Amino acid sequence: MSDLTRSGAVGEPVSTGSAGAPSAFLEVRDLRIHFPTEDGIVKSVDGLSFQLERGKTLGIVGESGSGKSVTSLGIMGLHTVGQYGRGKARISGELWLDGKELLTADPDEVRRLRGREMAMIFQDPLSAMHPYYTVGHQIVEAYRVHNDVDKKTARKRAVELLDRVGIPQPDKRVDDYPHQFSGGMRQRAMIAMALVNNPELLIADEPTTALDVTVQAQILDLIRDLQKEFGSAVIIITHDLGVVAELADDILVMYGGRCVERGPAEKVFYEPQHPYTWGLLGSMPRIDRDQTDRLIPVKGSPPSLINVPSGCAFNPRCPYADVPKDGITRTERPELRQVAEGHLSACHMSQEERTRIWTEEIAPKL
Amino acid sequence: MFAYIVRRLIAVIVMLLVVILVTFGIFFAVPKLTGTDPATLFVGKQADPAAIEGIRQKLGLSDPILVQFWHFVSGIFAGRDYSSDGDVVHCAAPCFGYSFRTEQAVWPVLQDRLPVTMQLAAGACVLWLLGGVATGILSALKRGTAVDRSAMTVALAGVSLPIYFTGLVSLAIFSYGLGWVKGDYTPIADDPLVWFREMILPWVTLAFLYAAMYARLTRATMLEILGEDYIRTARAKGLREPVVIGKHALRSTMTPILTILGLDLGAVLGGAVLTETTFNLPGLGQAAVKAISDKDLPLILGVTLIAASAVVIANLLVDLLYAVIDPRVRLT
Repeated sequence: MSDLTRSGAVGEPVSTGSAGAPSAFLEVRDLRIHFPTEDGIVKSVDGLSFQLERGKTLGIVGESGSGKSVTSLGIMGLHTVGQYGRGKARISGELWLDGKELLTADPDEVRRLRGREMAMIFQDPLSAMHPYYTVGHQIVEAYRVHNDVDKKTARKRAVELLDRVGIPQPDKRVDDYPHQFSGGMRQRAMIAMALVNNPELLIADEPTTALDVTVQAQILDLIRDLQKEFGSAVIIITHDLGVVAELADDILVMYGGRCVERGPAEKVFYEPQHPYTWGLLGSMPRIDRDQTDRLIPVKGSPPSLINVPSGCAFNPRCPYADVPKDGITRTERPELRQVAEGHLSACHMSQEERTRIWTEEIAPKL
Repeated sequence: MFAYIVRRLIAVIVMLLVVILVTFGIFFAVPKLTGTDPATLFVGKQADPAAIEGIRQKLGLSDPILVQFWHFVSGIFAGRDYSSDGDVVHCAAPCFGYSFRTEQAVWPVLQDRLPVTMQLAAGACVLWLLGGVATGILSALKRGTAVDRSAMTVALAGVSLPIYFTGLVSLAIFSYGLGWVKGDYTPIADDPLVWFREMILPWVTLAFLYAAMYARLTRATMLEILGEDYIRTARAKGLREPVVIGKHALRSTMTPILTILGLDLGAVLGGAVLTETTFNLPGLGQAAVKAISDKDLPLILGVTLIAASAVVIANLLVDLLYAVIDPRVRLT
């Protein structure tokens, strides 16, 4: 069982800001990443907090534009990539990794942590690898930035890692270019590159989205095995609840740049407490259900992150927006409240009402 | 890789043969079809019919076109003999014939002119590549700032201002005004230092025009590349920013720059007409202008072939460099 929250009785708003270094391996406190544009400020991430321990996996789930990728880039200090000369991204809050606060740290210190203490796997391994350098060269490069070793030693390490992630004939394939690899092999090579320095935090941003369905499960198995072996903390970012169902210890559901529900995986799957999570579960194909049942999409489209309306961001798409909530106006934003030990949800409906809707109306149809 | 080079070389030979065919067609067959007689051009309109006939015999102008073409091509590769009434003149390979005006063989003239153009092209090319690419990278990294805007304004001026303007202005300042240079060509063998001093203005003037284009191209390409996923990966590995830019981004940026470089370098080698005329450099371009006004067909033909060969060879080099830079090219 994880320890996502530090304090607060059931039903109380959870405090996000607190002073001092945390005990958790990774702690994100009130993270905000805003991008000034000509049309206004894009609030990609707007007040996000969570904790993660070594050896645990956190799944961040949400649809496109919910801020999940920007969150991961923010943790890595990469949210300004490709931002040359455009209005600088504004980041605030606290990012604690292993007792160090990253947002106030020297950028070069954060750079030295990148690739060594925290590494990242990207969505599309073809575009994420440099087409002009061999796979081996790119892994060797990743190793030699952080380790003072000669090329031969680094190459041996690269071959070893390629072997570990299941590339056949790694001593030959190490000299291949990315385009000579298949999609699944490229993602394996990306994983090898990310793990070459034994990072303690591994962020996988949609690691299976660009892959063949048949390869997806292999890659997920590989990530799980490697996590056991390396004991890293893992964040898996996905729009697919199926991906995190097997892997994640905790799940964080994002909507409109904020967390709407988070908690232990079994709680979020079996006792979800937010209408958006219900929508995600309803739109997920399940092998144990009758195939003639239609999937239920979440109606409408994600909110604009510019000029986010006050009140609940999910309100315009919420099927239960009209359920009476005593004393709460539409412009009031729902805060994350604890619904059970370690399980939080941001919804204006009362917990009894949500539990009733879930058990009586939603769960039987899934 | 070997097969790739062989294929490119075969393509180059075919290209050159096509160029020879087309130039031959234009300069020999077309006058014949339109009734203008090259022999008249050679001896002048007032010459008596016997002299014209003699020249026609000597140049083989009465032969069928195919035979003439064969003599022309074989002359380039093996040399040829011009003969009339037992009077034989041997023209050594590569034979481009004799100038209508000076009656000198064309090849020695080209041999004389080509090095000047090559010196101009090489120096200017180094300058415009270094200056253009460096300015482009700086602009991209400082996008939207005063540095970027002023660099791009200067670049716009460079693209817009013709050489006979920038060249004359620089001559007015540094030659007539300050007297630092004579504004005249000195062969490198005579005095390397004077040669270098005199070449600076032509180099800079020619390079300014091209550097401006390269700066804009580099800036645009660099900005595009910086948004690529693999640049994000390079940063995620913890690489230093100079490595990310100077290694990962720059190598990708070079591909489109090389493409343009092949065309530009070829064109400049074929004769930087305006620069050579402005600075009075005895290069190919200057020879071409004079040959055209003189209706000196063999010389025009020689310059055309050299210019075309320069473009084709420059592009061959670019294609080979592509394969060095982009491994995906090697397989195709």
